[in-house]
Order: sequence, then structure tokens, then C-alpha cells
Amino acid sequence: MTETAHPIPAAVAALVPRLRRICGGDGVLTDASRRRVYESDGLTRHRAVPGVVVLPTTAEQVTAVVRLCAETGVPFVPRGAGTGLSAGALPHPEGVLLSTSRMRRIIEVDPDNECAVVEPGVANLDVSRAAAPYGLYYAPDPSSQQVCSVGGNVAENSGGAHCLKYGFTVDHVRGLDVVTPQGALLRLGGKAPDAPGHDLIGAFVGSEGTLGIATRITVGLTRLPERTVTLLSAFTSMDAGGRAVSAIIAAGVLPSAIEMMDALAIEAAEAAVACDYPAGAACVLIVELDGPAVEVEAELAEVVRLCASAGAFETRTAADADERARIWKGRKSAFAAVGRISPAYIVQDGVVPRTALPEVLRRITELSAESGIRVANVFHAGDGNLHPLVLFDDAEPGAAERAEEVSGAILDLCVEHGGSITGEHGVGVDKACKMPRMYSPDDLETFDLFRRALDPRGIANPDKLLPTPRLCGEVPGVRRGAHPLVESGEAEQF
Amino acid sequence: MTRQGIEDVRAGGPDDAVCGVVPTHVARPRDTETLGRLLAGAAERGWSVAVRGGGTAQDWGGRPRTVDLLVDTGALTWIDHDAGDLVVEVGAGTPVAELTATLAKAGQRLSVDPVRAGGTVGGLLATGVCGPRRLRTGTLRNLVIGMTVVRADGVVARSGGRVVKNVAGYDLAKLHTGGYGTLGVIASAAFRLHPLPPALRVLDAPLPSREAATRALAALRRSTVVPAAVELDRAPGGRSHLHVVLEGTSAGVEARADETVRVLGAALAVEGRGTPGDGGTAMARGEGHGGTEDATSSDRAPENGVRVTDRLPDGWGLLPTEGTLIRLSVPPARSAAAAARAAELGDAVGTDLRTTGSARAGALVVAVPPGASAEVIGLLLEGLRSVPEWSATVLRAEPHVHEAGVDLWGEVPGLAVMRAIKDALDPGHRLAPGRFVTDRPDDLREEP
Ligand SMILES: Cc1cc2nc3c(=O)[nH]c(=O)nc-3n(C[C@H](O)[C@H](O)[C@H](O)COP(=O)(O)OP(=O)(O)OC[C@H]3O[C@@H](n4cnc5c(N)ncnc54)[C@H](O)[C@@H]3O)c2cc1C
Repeated sequence: MTETAHPIPAAVAALVPRLRRICGGDGVLTDASRRRVYESDGLTRHRAVPGVVVLPTTAEQVTAVVRLCAETGVPFVPRGAGTGLSAGALPHPEGVLLSTSRMRRIIEVDPDNECAVVEPGVANLDVSRAAAPYGLYYAPDPSSQQVCSVGGNVAENSGGAHCLKYGFTVDHVRGLDVVTPQGALLRLGGKAPDAPGHDLIGAFVGSEGTLGIATRITVGLTRLPERTVTLLSAFTSMDAGGRAVSAIIAAGVLPSAIEMMDALAIEAAEAAVACDYPAGAACVLIVELDGPAVEVEAELAEVVRLCASAGAFETRTAADADERARIWKGRKSAFAAVGRISPAYIVQDGVVPRTALPEVLRRITELSAESGIRVANVFHAGDGNLHPLVLFDDAEPGAAERAEEVSGAILDLCVEHGGSITGEHGVGVDKACKMPRMYSPDDLETFDLFRRALDPRGIANPDKLLPTPRLCGEVPGVRRGAHPLVESGEAEQF
Repeated sequence: MTRQGIEDVRAGGPDDAVCGVVPTHVARPRDTETLGRLLAGAAERGWSVAVRGGGTAQDWGGRPRTVDLLVDTGALTWIDHDAGDLVVEVGAGTPVAELTATLAKAGQRLSVDPVRAGGTVGGLLATGVCGPRRLRTGTLRNLVIGMTVVRADGVVARSGGRVVKNVAGYDLAKLHTGGYGTLGVIASAAFRLHPLPPALRVLDAPLPSREAATRALAALRRSTVVPAAVELDRAPGGRSHLHVVLEGTSAGVEARADETVRVLGAALAVEGRGTPGDGGTAMARGEGHGGTEDATSSDRAPENGVRVTDRLPDGWGLLPTEGTLIRLSVPPARSAAAAARAAELGDAVGTDLRTTGSARAGALVVAVPPGASAEVIGLLLEGLRSVPEWSATVLRAEPHVHEAGVDLWGEVPGLAVMRAIKDALDPGHRLAPGRFVTDRPDDLREEP
């Protein structure tokens, strides 16, 4: 039976009565079949059934659960909506999975101070919905925004198509209540800017649940722009599209979004949603401009001209919401659409300096040709954030491994060109072992010193973000030797 | 272990003083590696270390207890500009003015207004305070994308990188920005840049009263003109102005300026309809109102006392170079009230204050004239800190204020965590001891 397949480990079982007292009977899941629902996040190739799942409803409950973990050395893993793509919310089999799914209150929308105060489980899009009556919205817009939680966004420092102009989650968080791994509930910042002392909010955002749990978040809201225009330009080569991107940036125009799709991605989108992009396009650019109407007019004329001189054979401009939605439809459906032309695929997330895009895209084409593995490119061209989709047939022996290799080689290309191994999906478990490609042992040791300052027992989302011997073999710079608490017998090595 | 890295050290003199503390030694490392060796050598000797960039903020922050070694970053001057990527990486000792000039040649800028003239990039980062234009592109913390720091033990460590979008690893640059060099010595940093806007308009609106100010700010908030700065300036004596900066294309800023004049005019014009005044706040003093009698007529008289120019006022964003500076952070909608409150407190203690800052962000600075007694500063701080959600920290104090032991920081949420980070990265508390809140004098008394 399932129970025998995933028995609750003794250390966790011992906590269950106290967890029930904290979160109530319905706030603690022990049944294996119910625990298994949480076995992975959006990156499903990593799976583990959590020791126990708790569903707290208040910051006090979160604090009490974390204190219990701190007391006993049992690890905990925060989880929002579980849409993460780096296995950051992968449960610990001998730990507590703490889901924020019952903390979904929008506490306040404060138009005078242009901010909203929310609980961590609130879906990203719900913040904008609540702000809309005041002419405001919450700018960070990950494609998963209908479901992903603000707490998860904070943990991943999520971006979205429009972060080119409006920045990432960190640029919009003004206040955070955090339960630290030692069980202290802090209230950092708030409606006022520039909190005194070190910028702990800045350091917490993007820390992937390894520094504690956000229980309340104050986010800045942005005035809805007077005018938004979306433009679709079609090119016969990726190089030409890339030239257009460079020209737009060089001209000093800052679009809110510049997205790019290659022939394979267009083909997939066309097959899935009949987005009716110009026939014969080997590359489409979607450029969105927003702001005061007069500025948008001027920029639009400039962008159209620049696309034409870079070789666009067709450019369409959408002025109303319907037309804009039609242009975005192909782009937004691209990931799912690729699922229809390939039995399986890996979504990679890497960053290169924008000027290196043409070169890196050429190298990806070569990698694809050499390995016989197809790669579709759909990405945030404005900030060089690549999302190559590496296609393979999981029924074919060895195909997954070869796809992994191509996907890994693409990351190497990013690092070689001075970029990053992740632009928005985070490190999680998935890329922890790749951190040494980007950072020196000294850099990693410094990260680890910082982490342990907040989490001396190593119980907050362990085995995520930094490479550990358990995950990656011996890695210089991180967790050299046994953890002090392990040596003193106070804790076990997880 | 051989003693190393300390060769090029000279004796410190009065000109090298940090908040009045004369360093024993001064060194000027030529590159990051040399800086690393220098700090390793200092660690071996147990030396306390402070840093000097342009020397414009040596009297900012708390007064260090000791400075055995002053690191002069003056030779760490290099600029590596990737214009096509709108990214620059710079040595910490690079003068901000030099960076600005280099970037301008490529039609780009680091989108912050420095608050001190003559500073370096490292100093800008370590103090973390920047001026009015923060509404569209944020402050320094939003623009730093990578940083190389030399730790107290001499280890060189980098976080972030040279691409704008990057979530690999902890964003430690955030902790060093505004950390006064107490977690490490900043060797270099990478920034995201923005294109220089082709055109600029500055609107200058006199504010007849605190109510008018509040109305004007609310009206601006509801408009879609997207200002880069909304700067309040409440001068001693009660004259208040609002400066609104618009940046964009030349046709664009022209039209947006017209719109802003209309919006401000309408908000300010209401004054003429006999609102009973503002209950005696200091802001009302000495300024007639420029409004028309009828709010609806504002489109016929668009000026409403609002002047429009295409230049920033002289000394834009710069803070006074003398006296005490208090950083006052408030919920943005309370900005006008906060400036008025500061003025009232100033009146009560007989001091003329100037309050400036981003009214849209709630980021204000209260400038107290030189010579104000420690008691006066203490009373001002107490008054400002008594309001929930407000924080008041002293950016710069005069020597007698330090001597009197005035609490520069007030309540700092998360202080225990900040101290834990300090203990992890600088266990001997040798980096500028006493300069930052993580080891202010009263904390040391608590935990000797
Ligand atoms: C179809 C799809 C599209 C996507 N598009 C984008 C995109 O455009 N841009 C982008 O950036 N990402 C994107 N993502 C990735 C993902 O949606 C984001 O990372 C999102 O922020 C995760 O939120 P979540 O609530 O699902 O978090 P989870 O997946 O539940 O958790 C993510 C991480 O956050 C931690 N965590 C969760 N809640 C808290 C909390 N309250 N306190 C502390 N730590 C916490 C977890 O431990 C984990 O490490 C996409 C994912 C999918 C499936």
C-alpha cells in the first residue's frame, strides 16, 4: 500500500501531534496519497514524497511550525503554488513541506500609497485584479501569473515578459514579514521606502526558500499606462531579428517587452492555436511599447522603421486589446504548443549579454544539428534571457540523456559568453551542481557563510541553491567537512 | 605564515580622518588582488579597516572606534562599458562624474542622482543614498547587477554578474549597498544602464499649503504622465516647491509637461475657493498662492504659478555639505505631512530645517543647520520616530552629536539577523567598527 511505500519517518512522525496542535487537524496531511500530491513542483523530473505536509493559515502558525523544526533539526521546505521550474519546492522526504495555499488573503490595497499588502499564497494575477479598480496593477507578470503565488515570486525573484522595462519582483517588494529558519518573525520594511540598516528585503528576495518563509508581502503597484501598443515583425532569419533588437536598444527605445520566436516555435504555435503569424517567417519579434500616448506614438514609428531596415518583411501593429491578444496568443501558447510537436521537452533558462545573442543562437543551431536533437527558441530577447526548448522522444532509449546534454551545453554557452545559468527559474535542485560553473569556490563559500548566518542548522530548504556533496559530489567552497551540528551530534546530515 | 600585503602603506594624517578618527596607516591598492592581499595582511594583524573613496562621506554614518588602516580606493579606477548591452562594470574608486561622462558619450547613463559632488562609485554604493530621479528606474539597489567585494579576511568574492537578468545565487550586492563597507570592501560593481532621454522638462510648482501639496501629489499620482522625479523642497521659512521631472522624446515631454501643468494647476487652484487653510502648519508661511479662483477654469489659465524649464535646477539632488542630515522614510502619501511635521518639530526647538526628497516615494531628507546641539537633534529624532511606520536615521552628524551618543539609527527591524550576517562575514568586527548599526555603541554595551 501507499502507506508502506512512503512511511512517515520517525523524526517527522514524532512532530505530528504538535503540528496538529499548531495547524489544526485539517492543516496537517499525513496520508501518503495526499502527501504524494506535493511530490514535485513544475519540474516534474525531480520527485520526493514529503514526510508531512502542513497547511498553516497564519504567520503565527508558520512561526510555530518553523520553531518546532528548529528545535528538532527537522528540515522544512516552503511551497507556494508549485509552479517553480527548478525543483526549488521539491519536498524533503524526512522533512516538513509547508504550503502557503491557505494564506490567500489580500490584506489591503492602498491606492494612496500605491501598494498592496498580501499573504504569500495570493496568486500573482489576483493582486493586479484587486488593484485594477484604482487604475493600478502589479507589474511583475510571470507567464504562470494566474496560479503562481506572490510568495513563490518573492522566493524566485520572478520576472515576466515586461521585466525589461519594469524590473523583477525585487524591484517591487517594499515590505516583507519573514519567519527566519530559527523561528523569529521579522517585519522588514513596509509602505515606507528605504528600510534602515542592511537591505534584508533585497537579500531575501530570490533566496528560494533557503532563508525562511515570507508570510506577508507589501508590493508596490504601478499606474496602468495611458497607451499600450503591440507590434509583430516577421523576418527571414534569426540574425535579422537579432539586428532589429540591437537597433531598437541602440536607438534608446525601452520597450516594455521584446520577445522572439524561431521557425520551430512558430510552427508549433501555428499548429496548436493557428496564431496566423506571417507565412515564411523564420523569426518573429513581438515588441510592446507602453507609457504616455505621445511617447508611445514616437517610439512606435521608430521601432517600425528600425525593424524594416533590419529586414522585416512584414510588420503588424495592434492598437486594441483584442488585436494585442491575437499577437500574444502565439507567444503565450508556445511552450504548450511544443508539447504537441514533441513527446517530451526540456525548458532551459539561461542568459547571455544581448549582443551575444546572434552568436549564441548560431551555436545552438550547430549543437542541434550535431546531436540531431531539435531545439525551439522562444525567449525574452530584450534582456538576453533564452528559453530553448530541447525536444526529444522519451520513448526512445538514451534520448532524454542526449537532450540533457544539449540542454547542459547551452548553459555552458551562456556562461562562456558572460551570462548566467538562470534568468528567472532559479537554481533549486536542478542547477545547484551548475553553480561552480558560474562562481568560484570563494564566491560559493561566501554565499554559504551568508546562508548559515541565517540558518546555522541547515534546515531551511536544504540541498537547494548551493551545491552540496550529497547532490554533486565534493565541491570546493561549500560545506567543507561535516556540519558543526552533525559533529556535535545535535543534528543528522540530511 | 609570512606577513604580506602591507608593503605600500604610509602613515595617516589629519587629512585622512574618518569622522574625526585619524587612521594609523593608509594604503592605496592598485587592483582588486592587491586589495585582497592588503586585507589579508590587515586580518593577520587584527587591524581595523575603513575605506575612503572620494572622501565626500567620511563624516557619514557612525564614528568608527578605531581605524588602523584606511584603504584609499583612488587607484581602483577603471570603466568597462558594454554599450550594446547597456551594462557597465567599474572599479570602486572611479569618480561618479567620470563614469557619467564616459556613459554620456555613448548616449547612456547610470540612472541615479548623486547626493554628493565629487564622490566615487564605491562611496555611492556604500552609503546607498541617491537623489530625486528614482520613480522610473528605482534607486541604486535596483541598478546594481553584480559586485566584487573583498571580505574582511582578504578573500575576493563576487555575486551577481554582468547581465541584467540573473537569479543565480544570493544577491549579496544588496547587503553591501548602503552597508558602509562593514561587510566587505567593495572593489568593483556592475550596473544596468539606461539610454539618456533625448529631452527633459522640469516643472516648478510653488505649494501654498500643506493641503495644496497633498492635493497636488494625489493628482499627480492619478495621472499617467509618468514623472522621473516628484521632488518636494520645503525651505526654511516655509516656502515649499514641488519639482516634477519628465523625461522622454522632445514631442513627448512637451505634451506631458502641458498635461502636468494642467493637473497641478487644477489641484492647486482649489486653494482659492476658501479652504480654511491648513491648521497652522509651517508650510503655509510666507507664500501666496498662485491659484485661480475657480478650479474648472484651470485650462484657461494653465500656468497657475507653475514654471516649466528644460533644465534641472542648480545643485539638483545635492544635499547640504554641512550640518546634520536625517533620512526620513514615510509612506508616500504622508510625504507632505512629514515635511510639515519636521518643520513643526524644528519650530519647537528653534531650528530652521530644510526638508527635501521624493514625495512620490516617501523618501525625504531633513537637513539641520550646522551647530544644532545634540539635544536638538535628539528631540527631532524622537519626534519623527514617534510616528508609526516612519523611520528616521542620521546620515551625517557633527562631532558633538557623536560625542553625546545620540542614537543615529532608531529601531531597526531585523537587527539581530543583520548582526548574524556581520558576525559571519566579519567575525572580528574589524571593518569600520562603529560605523553601522550592526555595532552601534549601545549594542556593544549590551553584549560585550
Ligand atoms: C507555465 C509556466 C510559466 C512560467 N513562466 C515564468 C515566467 O515568465 N517568469 C518567471 O520568472 N517564472 C516563470 N515560471 C516559474 C514559476 O512560475 C515561478 O518561479 C513562480 O514564482 C513560482 O511560484 P510558486 O508559487 O509556484 O512557487 P513554488 O514553485 O511553490 O516554489 C518556488 C520556490 O519558492 C519557495 N517558496 C514558495 N513560497 C515561499 C514563501 N512564502 N516564502 C519563502 N519561500 C517560498 C519554494 O521553497 C521554492 O523554492 C513559470 C512556470 C510555469 C509552470
